[in-house]
Amino acid sequence: MSSLWLPILLAVPVLGAVVVALLPKGADQVAKQVTLAVSLVVLALTLVMAFQFPSAKGDRFKFAAVYDWIPSFGVHFGVGVDGIALVLVVLSAVLVPIVVLASWHDADGVRTADGTLITPKRSVKTYFSLLLVLEAMMIGVFAATDIFLFYVFFEAMLIPMYFMIGSYGGAQRSYAAVKFLLYSLFGGLLMLVAVIGLYVVAGKSTFMFPELVGAIQDPATQKWLFAGFFIAFAIKAPLWPVHTWLPDAAAQAPAGAAVLLVGVLDKVGTFGMLRFCLELFPDAAKAFTMPIVVLAVISIIYGAIVAIGQSDMKRLIAYTSISHFGFIVMGVFAMSQVAQSGATLYMVNHGFATGALFLAAGFLIARRGSPHIADYGGAQKVAPLLAGFFLVAGLAGLSLPGLSSFVSEFMVMTGTYASKAHGSGALTVAAVVSALAVILAAVYILWMVQRVLNGPTAEPVKAFKDLSAREIVVLAPLVALIIGFGFFPKPLLDVINPAVNQTLVNVKVDNPAIAEKGAGQ
Amino acid sequence: MESPVEIVQHTAGGVIGVSWLMIAFPLLGAAILLILGRKTDRWGHLLGVAMSLASFVVAVLAFFELLGLSAEQRRQAVHLYEFIPGMADMGLLIDPLSISFALLITGVGSLIHIYSIGYMSHDPDRRRFFSYLNLFVAAMLLLVLADNYLGLFIGWEGVGLASYLLIGFWQFKPSAAVAAKKAFVVNRVGDFGLLVGMFIMWSATGTFAFAELSEKAGGLSQPMVTAIGLLLLLGACGKSAQLPLQSWLLDAMEGPTPVSALIHAATMVTAGVYLVVRSGAFFFPEGSPQALAVAIVGAATLLAGAIIGCAKDDIKKGLAGSTMSQIGYMMLGAGLGPAGYAFAIGHLITHGFFKADMFLGAGSVMHGMNDEVDMRKYGALRKYMPITFVTFMVGYLAIIGFPLLSGYFTKDGIIETAVEHNQVLGWLAVIGAGITGFYMSRMIFMTFFGEKRWAEDAHPHESPTVMTVPLIILSIGSIFLGGYLILSNRLMLWLAPAVGRPEELPQFHFASTPGLATLALVAVGAAYAWMKYGRAEVPAVQPRGSFLTTFARRDLYGDALNESLFMRPGQWLTRIAVFFDNRGIDGVVNGLAAGIGGTSGRLRRIQTGFARTYALSILIGAALLTGALLLVGNI
Repeated sequence: MSSLWLPILLAVPVLGAVVVALLPKGADQVAKQVTLAVSLVVLALTLVMAFQFPSAKGDRFKFAAVYDWIPSFGVHFGVGVDGIALVLVVLSAVLVPIVVLASWHDADGVRTADGTLITPKRSVKTYFSLLLVLEAMMIGVFAATDIFLFYVFFEAMLIPMYFMIGSYGGAQRSYAAVKFLLYSLFGGLLMLVAVIGLYVVAGKSTFMFPELVGAIQDPATQKWLFAGFFIAFAIKAPLWPVHTWLPDAAAQAPAGAAVLLVGVLDKVGTFGMLRFCLELFPDAAKAFTMPIVVLAVISIIYGAIVAIGQSDMKRLIAYTSISHFGFIVMGVFAMSQVAQSGATLYMVNHGFATGALFLAAGFLIARRGSPHIADYGGAQKVAPLLAGFFLVAGLAGLSLPGLSSFVSEFMVMTGTYASKAHGSGALTVAAVVSALAVILAAVYILWMVQRVLNGPTAEPVKAFKDLSAREIVVLAPLVALIIGFGFFPKPLLDVINPAVNQTLVNVKVDNPAIAEKGAGQ
Repeated sequence: MESPVEIVQHTAGGVIGVSWLMIAFPLLGAAILLILGRKTDRWGHLLGVAMSLASFVVAVLAFFELLGLSAEQRRQAVHLYEFIPGMADMGLLIDPLSISFALLITGVGSLIHIYSIGYMSHDPDRRRFFSYLNLFVAAMLLLVLADNYLGLFIGWEGVGLASYLLIGFWQFKPSAAVAAKKAFVVNRVGDFGLLVGMFIMWSATGTFAFAELSEKAGGLSQPMVTAIGLLLLLGACGKSAQLPLQSWLLDAMEGPTPVSALIHAATMVTAGVYLVVRSGAFFFPEGSPQALAVAIVGAATLLAGAIIGCAKDDIKKGLAGSTMSQIGYMMLGAGLGPAGYAFAIGHLITHGFFKADMFLGAGSVMHGMNDEVDMRKYGALRKYMPITFVTFMVGYLAIIGFPLLSGYFTKDGIIETAVEHNQVLGWLAVIGAGITGFYMSRMIFMTFFGEKRWAEDAHPHESPTVMTVPLIILSIGSIFLGGYLILSNRLMLWLAPAVGRPEELPQFHFASTPGLATLALVAVGAAYAWMKYGRAEVPAVQPRGSFLTTFARRDLYGDALNESLFMRPGQWLTRIAVFFDNRGIDGVVNGLAAGIGGTSGRLRRIQTGFARTYALSILIGAALLTGALLLVGNI
């Protein structure tokens, strides 16, 4: 029996998008209000679903629904969520209304410091319609249990984001949008080949994920198919050295779109690694663990160092994310329960923390017309509330204990250090090196804070107004979540842990609980 | 040696059962003041004081409840909630060690809150100041009350945050903003050590709880225990400004003076000592490499801080150098095992009183001298600020170890124990005491004696009652507390359930060789200071000074060393990485894109911006896909 929860959850934003798109020209205000209302309905539905999750039926994938789509190839419209997918769906559903509210004026054009207006290429209502389309795609990509469906969402997601960057972004928007598209399409192409290869080699005439787990036994085949999926996900995540599209895209995108890009879309990469690379190709995943962990550690340190050297706030935040994605990838491939739960939690917490930071930075940029750190100074004196939110978001970015990102980062590092998956000390070294990022993170965040918020107030900054009521409503929930999950991560972890255990069982890491702790036990 | 007693799970109600209120009160205060913001400007400071006092009351009640229990029952674990499932719970450990700290933090903390009402009365942001002070008290209490390293670490970073916010309280001053960031970053170097130490603990034992760890530590290999010990020491060095992570403390004096008194003298900077004493299981046995490292770091820092203190003309920086030095004594004591723990903690407590007393005294002087900090522009202030003068004198006599005052008992305890355990370190501590005699006397002579060297607009006056009363209370503690704690080993016996104690209780000698040598050296130091700064006239402008003086003025070149070793190479590395990222990786990718059939031109044509073009390309993609599937299907 199929549950209707997820199909409804997908249909609501799609219908909303159609309604918004059909609104008459000039009804911008109505378009915004309808979009906000629809996204709030999606949030409400998602939360109800999340609270029912523990008691819902189903072994692993709950709220499962499977319909035939292209029967001749065994393609299904199959959806369902385990704990990992659930928290990411919740993340998406929480962020979208916040982004809608934050983007209230984003589609009106970007004003630069010298007063010129970069006009958007498309209408205001189109922007909000795209947002709702994107929301459906994001929920779909995490909920898909059919690999072909996942692929479709994975690729289709690019389209609304491409337009949001290319039509509503800053001065370099075309370059950034095309770069984003080309990178993603290249990855997508490799994945397509791997998806087809998986279908053929498995010979099960189905794309349903649960049936394909364990279907590929030959180690060499596993490696080839693994590579196809992994490269696509590594570009998406992004992992060093295929990361350079992200700073451009994030810097040129409107702040709200940047939040969804970095906060959610990029997580599809790390989610895909955990779900598909590990479970479908466990032997290959184990064989490639060390090279991947090395890339992850390079991302962590390299991203942090390059972040320190940035002069543009949005690019800086993008590079911090590259560092954070490194932590997530390291956690995924450390093959221990603590590290993988930590990595999953990291995906959620990073969405909240970086979302808050991008939005607070966006509010600063909207006031000053410039993303350049050097154009600021002393903002705290004139806009203490905005400064306070910016600081808290920044502290979440440097994983201050007591804030949510600390819990996940700590779990990733500790779980990696303690992982016995590789016997030797290689993972311990990786964990120790990655811990150096706590020092670098303090430098990149606090140096930015110092230059933007502290010191004598720069002349153009003096005219800053503090946060409006709308802007407070945007940032306050994120900060509440950051602090709340910093002290009470249990609700999230209680959902995540069983799913991660299942993953580890499928990857044949014997007894995940014991693989964790070792000699001392 | 006798070990600590077992930790028992707290079951009965009572104040210990609700000891989390100690943390909750100031946390609530901070939250209210921060969330309501300017609406609370009129009464915010009063709420801050009330919350701190409420916390103090809970601490006192819990103390007496603990006192009412038998020694075997004096380690009570209070479970709060499941923090990270399967990994760590949040809980408090109420034992003689933690409750002693709680009393110090909330007691001295409340006095400093009260003092700040007066000190910050002219500051438009006084309410924000009190919110940060409350936040600090809450975090510091979590640090000392947590029953596991993870909870401790949250408090540890929480006090770091409060310290960051308060050093940078006047953030519009670039120097304050830079000092705040520096303090945080240097502390993070120490945190790195603490973090890795926690990785090892988890990997080896699967727990962060003090109780379980002290049981399991014995079963770990000696190199592993040494590694954990050294990593914890690195963390302690960061927080307690010990070599080689000392450089932030002097800059931290940019913060308002009550902050210097509370955070950067009495409480937070002593957290490293707490960490070492609390982690006794990893610094076992006495004389193990990691324990010796603690003692060596302490001895080196006590000398370094004292030497820096000799050369400072800024009264707050002089006191900061002395804080470094005094914490060095505590570290030295903590490196000596259970024989030294009680003296280290004892000195920590008395230091909390006399140093807070002197810092607040310095603040009182500044308050009356238009915020002047240069002692060369003071002089003869004893006549104009009698209460400040007398209370400062008490603090001064206590810190130099004048017989029968607080510092005399606790510092002498450390020195004697050190000489017994390690002659070299012990006698270095004796020399350090002599230098202390010099630089503290110098401070007294320059500030309160001699001729006026004031700026023209200075009109020194005594501070208001709300500031002098805390000074008087602190100086009373500076007189009596040491003797009370040390004579008849009161503190050692009290702490024994928590940290263990030596088999044989020490006897306090009033005329031991090191003790007499210390007194003689202190007298020499004070006399030399009198010759240079009391009898002779103090030049209003800093003289050039010898090589050694310059060395001390520049903080022993600590900043220069950091700059050439870390900062400049770091800047280069950053620049190279950014260049590489822009030109190297991106260059290759762009070149590749342009190379494949001169696509850049064609790309621009594809970029028509029309939705239908994209729709078409997606359609083509879909067709290709379907074609591929059909092919595959036919195989």
